[in-house]
Amino acid sequence: MTDTPIIRFQNVSKRYGDLTVLDHFDFEVMSGEKVTLIGPSGSGKSTVLRILMTLEPVQEGVVELDGLSYRQPGRHGPFHASARHLHQIRSRVGMVFQNFNLFPHMSVLRNITEAPVAVLGLSKADARARAHELLEMVGLADKAQAFPAQLSGGQKQRVAIARALAMRPRVLLFDEPTSALDPELVGEVQEVIRRLAHEHDLTMLLVTHEMRFAREISDRVCFFDQGRIVEQGPPGEIMINPAQPRTRAFLGAYLPETSTG
Amino acid sequence: MSGTLLLPPLLTGAQVTVELTLTSTVLGAMLAFSAGMARGAGPWPLRLFAATYIEIFRGTSLLVQLFWLYYALPLIGPRIDPFVTGIIALSLNIGAYGAEVVRGALLAVPRAQHEAAVALNFTARQTLWRIILPQALPEMMPPLGNLAVQNLKDTSLVSMITIADLTFRAQTLRNLTLNSIPVYSLTLLLYFAMALVLMAGMRGLERWVRIKGQGDMARA
Repeated sequence: MTDTPIIRFQNVSKRYGDLTVLDHFDFEVMSGEKVTLIGPSGSGKSTVLRILMTLEPVQEGVVELDGLSYRQPGRHGPFHASARHLHQIRSRVGMVFQNFNLFPHMSVLRNITEAPVAVLGLSKADARARAHELLEMVGLADKAQAFPAQLSGGQKQRVAIARALAMRPRVLLFDEPTSALDPELVGEVQEVIRRLAHEHDLTMLLVTHEMRFAREISDRVCFFDQGRIVEQGPPGEIMINPAQPRTRAFLGAYLPETSTG
Repeated sequence: MSGTLLLPPLLTGAQVTVELTLTSTVLGAMLAFSAGMARGAGPWPLRLFAATYIEIFRGTSLLVQLFWLYYALPLIGPRIDPFVTGIIALSLNIGAYGAEVVRGALLAVPRAQHEAAVALNFTARQTLWRIILPQALPEMMPPLGNLAVQNLKDTSLVSMITIADLTFRAQTLRNLTLNSIPVYSLTLLLYFAMALVLMAGMRGLERWVRIKGQGDMARA
């Protein structure tokens, strides 16, 4: 971890009609930091990831990644970034979705090699070699020729992680990566993410409801409520001794050992 | 008058019907893909152009389109050969209906697939060709097959602009022999036989699209 922020939100507000999802939101993430976003549904955690992945536009405020602004100045004020600029931003970010979003018409191997070949310009041989390494890493070396429909949820999510890593992102976003999984498959996906967190200098943002897991892998935990970060700090502090009553109430529902009083 | 005497002229007409059907279905399919992709995934001027074309041809009668091209157009522009006129009108029609099938199949690919493509930094064009279209293609085949059969039956309208297709021959024979029952029964049977062959062909094409898709996957 270094002291340079790679991600910066400054005074960002995001609304869907009357609903305010992010409310004058400030947030910074250091390069290499592993940050977990927790909080009730609809508190804006996933929106932060979706904005960073350029899946949602920002209406107000500043969002920057690696010094690149998500909006570019135009004649009449800040505009949405051009396709070319978005392409630069996206080359630095990857995302793992709750529902995997693998391409069903491609084999596991092709799911992982398609973008490196088409977007990064890697040779097919290089892309395949790298895909096999990544499959080895996520424990699916024998599934290269399988199709997504033939895999379990846990296997699909591990392929999705390998697919995201194949693009060599600097920031990897995990949007509730284990929420769609049967309970007995959660562990295998968490194990892969845990290893990534401990062994790589990748910047990781994770939205999750698995509190124990969040505690294990994070440098910092941020508790969201109503579009703002109510409380944040090292997992030991936030999860054992939360200062805010709202954080305590929320964690009480998840962690029996946290006092709710 | 026996069927053996009726059959040769009807078969001559059926051959014209087959030519009309095949040519206009192939041309129509090309139009359907161009217009459907333009309307479903193109920039706005193309989208507007495609939408105008589709709605005009879906919203007007094929018979009147034929009459217009054959009788009205020569008064203000070129006179076109009736067979070519028939091909043009049929192609534009099946193209307009097919475009909506293509567009619908493209739109039916889940949003999550588009988001995954964004996350992997594919361009809009790469997303369409590599991610969306391969998933939409198998879905559009059955309705496109229906349209092809519909097109076969619609070709009978070209008899109204003097093309000697199966229907035209049948009418001529009936006027000649005044023997409506055998003439029109045989004509119906011939259309049915052609439709059966066409449907089998479309099913084969459908299977080929699916297997081709999987071949792509296996080659990775």
